[in-house]
Amino acid sequence: MVPKHEILPKEEVERVLEKYNITKGQIPKILESDPMVKKIKAKPGDVIKITRKSKTAGESIYYRVVVSD
Amino acid sequence: MFLEPDEVKKRIEKIREEIPRSVFSELEEELSKVEVTEEELNKIIEEIKRRYDYSLVEPGEAVGIVAAQSMGEPSTQMTMRTFHYAGVAELNVTLGLPRIIEIVDARRVPSTPTMTIYLKEDIAEDREKAKGIAKKIESVTVDDVIKRAEMDLIDSKVTLILDEYELKRREITLEEIVEKLTPIKGVEVEYNENQISLKVPNPSMKELRKVATRARGQYLRGIKDIQRVVMRKEGKEYVIYTEGSNLKEVLKIDGVDITRTKTNDILEIHKVLGVEAARNAIINEALDTLEEQGLMVDIRHLMLIADMMTVDGEVKAIGRHGVSGEKASVLARAAFEITVDHLLKAGIKGEVEELRGIVENVIVGRPVRLGTGMVELKMRRELEEKREEA
Repeated sequence: MVPKHEILPKEEVERVLEKYNITKGQIPKILESDPMVKKIKAKPGDVIKITRKSKTAGESIYYRVVVSD
Repeated sequence: MFLEPDEVKKRIEKIREEIPRSVFSELEEELSKVEVTEEELNKIIEEIKRRYDYSLVEPGEAVGIVAAQSMGEPSTQMTMRTFHYAGVAELNVTLGLPRIIEIVDARRVPSTPTMTIYLKEDIAEDREKAKGIAKKIESVTVDDVIKRAEMDLIDSKVTLILDEYELKRREITLEEIVEKLTPIKGVEVEYNENQISLKVPNPSMKELRKVATRARGQYLRGIKDIQRVVMRKEGKEYVIYTEGSNLKEVLKIDGVDITRTKTNDILEIHKVLGVEAARNAIINEALDTLEEQGLMVDIRHLMLIADMMTVDGEVKAIGRHGVSGEKASVLARAAFEITVDHLLKAGIKGEVEELRGIVENVIVGRPVRLGTGMVELKMRRELEEKREEA
């Protein structure tokens, strides 16, 4: 039920932001207290890459930025 | 000249990132069955890219409204009946419209929390082991195994009359109960065959009542909040259904398959497994509810709703207290519910209306920024002037 979460390296973050022409604030959020965030030890400001299993696309990539709560 | 399989692989690898994974794997599979020439392969790739592009949602499409309609219409056909015995042995589960409302409202606790517990492969088919786990999970309190509790003010004691049938059924011994009751403060425990007496030091009705309530509520075993357990055989394996939900504790039990076990309490999933799992739960729960009613809603609409509910990292309701109530625009909020309050508060705070959304623009009578209204046209002055001169 829980998809794969991983911290996105800094260079990759830049690339993603550029690709979608957005700022970090526009990325969907994930709370610092989220069990998965704790598990991969991400800090606020980190961007997490989530590889979801999708019924329509097979697999899809989603990004969330860690925010403190 | 047909291309070598390796060459074909190399060529399609280039478009891996451009099309969805499912389309890609299908293409890969189909291509492994046939031989193609270079020209054919190029045509295939072109066509796939073109069709995929064509199937994408247009920029400016009102996906939210379409999703709302797609879920709203079938829900008018759903039964208003709250309870339904879902075929699962005498377990009560909320289904139909009330359940859908519960999901989108992100209620703190669903009206009928249930869990579906799957067991690890090696023990799933073993009836005795499954029974053992079921027993570990079901919570039993003293109240469940006694016939009645009597308060005796003269001897200042509380007497628990045990129900032998229940004791036998749940395989609990008298000693076990005594052991659990002994730690109660200032109480002397005496027992014989089928009753337990708790002597209270200072005799008062109030004190007796307190001890009686305390003793009856004492947990003997099992997991808190799980009131009832039903075991069912599905195919070859045994599955445990529960009334009441406590995901965190159940996942700790040895032999429980943590990857498949689920609960219908979405907020509990959020707490234990995180937002992403909660998003999946919203989609699955909504889809199951609709399907159970024989209604087909495209999963994409549910995905949009689930994504919307979880953008901020927590599970928010659709409606006044959630998504709609937190819109940035005053007019959009005022148009939804409690109009005067929103306008008044916005006035006091000095909020600015940017007129970016749909409702706001409808209210002030401007073109809505949707579809063809999304684009703004700019005129190049010099071109226009040149034309005039000519």
